[in-house]
Amino acid sequence: MSDDDSVRTRAERGPERRGAATDNMSDRTMDAEQPEREPERGERGGLVPGIFKGLATTARAMVTPSHTAEYPDVLPDLPPRSRGTIALLEENCTSCMLCARECPDWCIYIDSHKETLPATTEGGRERQRNVLDRFGIDFSLCMYCGICIEVCPFDALFWSPEFEYAETDIRDMLHEKDRLGEWMATVPPPPALDPGAADAAEVTALSKPVRPGRATPPAGRP
Amino acid sequence: MSLLEVVVRSVVVLAAFLVLPLLVGQTEHKVMAHMQGRLGPMYAGGFHGWAQLVADGVKFAQKEDVTPREADRWVFRLAPAVSLVAYLVALSVLPLTSGVVGADVGAGVLFVLAAMAVGILGPLMAGWASANKYSLLGGMRAAAQLLSYELPMVLAAASVALAAGTLSLSGIVEQWHPLWLVWQLPGAVVFLVAAVAELQRVPFDMPMADSEIVFGPLTEYTGLRFAFFLLAEYAGIVVMSLLFTVLFLGGWQGPFAAALGWLWTLVKASAVAFVVIWFRVAWPRLREDQLQRLAWLVLVPLGLAQLAITGVWVVLTT
Ligand code: SF4
Ligand code: SF4
Repeated sequence: MSDDDSVRTRAERGPERRGAATDNMSDRTMDAEQPEREPERGERGGLVPGIFKGLATTARAMVTPSHTAEYPDVLPDLPPRSRGTIALLEENCTSCMLCARECPDWCIYIDSHKETLPATTEGGRERQRNVLDRFGIDFSLCMYCGICIEVCPFDALFWSPEFEYAETDIRDMLHEKDRLGEWMATVPPPPALDPGAADAAEVTALSKPVRPGRATPPAGRP
Repeated sequence: MSLLEVVVRSVVVLAAFLVLPLLVGQTEHKVMAHMQGRLGPMYAGGFHGWAQLVADGVKFAQKEDVTPREADRWVFRLAPAVSLVAYLVALSVLPLTSGVVGADVGAGVLFVLAAMAVGILGPLMAGWASANKYSLLGGMRAAAQLLSYELPMVLAAASVALAAGTLSLSGIVEQWHPLWLVWQLPGAVVFLVAAVAELQRVPFDMPMADSEIVFGPLTEYTGLRFAFFLLAEYAGIVVMSLLFTVLFLGGWQGPFAAALGWLWTLVKASAVAFVVIWFRVAWPRLREDQLQRLAWLVLVPLGLAQLAITGVWVVLTT
């Protein structure tokens, strides 16, 4: 009853909803008018062949090897692009915070400070660089969307197929950079390019024919 | 028969009664699993879960034994024993090979059928005594089903006894001839179907149809008493398979029957037990009215026809 009411109120809100509601109703009347036709006995293959068909099917299933994954005993053979967990290559990270800002769940925690490096040459300029103090991903919030990995401009984050990091307490799912770094070892090498794939952007740019210069500068310009 | 012999025979029969149903049960676990594309038990005992039923037994023994307050206590507690002991008695007169039998009874066919008919009281008592409407429904269904299927079963067995000219189980096997496979085929089919129905197994498991009436007569049972009912079911498969082997498949007859007779009996009975398991996996449950139609409109006429054919043949040839 309440379902019908809500459909009606939503239907009155806009033409789109009303259309959907009437569609539903016409569906229902169609169903009532044409009950599903009982298949004829001949179509089903009769009772006795059906009985033996059942026996044959189960017998065939019995001699076919089953597909059961014996997981704790046999580790699964995961495809290279499996989204198991996220690994961090700390040396590549510049603490630019792009990943933390793009993360839809706000589950990446980054702390960093600036360090001043003394000039390497006499009279040279001192340089500053970011030092990563903390990098944590809360996997109890993470939805494995992969946006952080896509967005990282310095190739510091990678998908790893490692998936055995269950915890008994949800608060233990926040993993810090040492744990994320350990997972780097499980990151598979990137798969080879498909033979038909387009060249990398740099290669395309380099192999473009050089634009010929114009013989005379356009008039009105020095 | 000396006292010692009686004791030894009883112990051997009891051992067979405890071991064979477990074998059938384990086979069912594994066969059913593979027929459904699974592996079945894999851990208990180390090698492909061979000890799964032992583990189950230990588990059942640890559970609390509950008797409902409203239940008819004595009947409720006696029911598992009734269905179990009946099959034990039936097993004791089934011959393994020529001369090897727990107790040689003259009218063996009658004795086995009578013993199994007592076993049927088990589910009835359980259903009545549980004070549970599902149990009662299941008990009523069991009563109706077992009544209707007892008749075709007796008819088929009578046909074999008529053909062999004896009611002794060993005598029937000795009279058996491979031609019987053709001649007694309708009777064999009737007997097998009726046997599956007597065992209340799929496709005839309406008495405990778990999707309709919880678990029928067994709804209120827990712990060891429940395990006894399960054991009775598998013991029933053993008894029915052996009986079918003896009546229709020629028991220990086969090449090297003198030395390997016991093996022949066991191999044939295992094949029958496998078929019973196979039925369970392959077929859906019948409806209650379809069950009665099958019994009275198909099996009884078929059994009567078989009896008539056998009678005519016996009269003409002797
Ligand atoms: S995968 Fe998505 S949700 Fe998880 S940390 Fe990265 S951006 Fe956030
Ligand atoms: S986007 Fe990459 S470089 Fe920037 S903070 Fe995140 S991991 Fe480090």
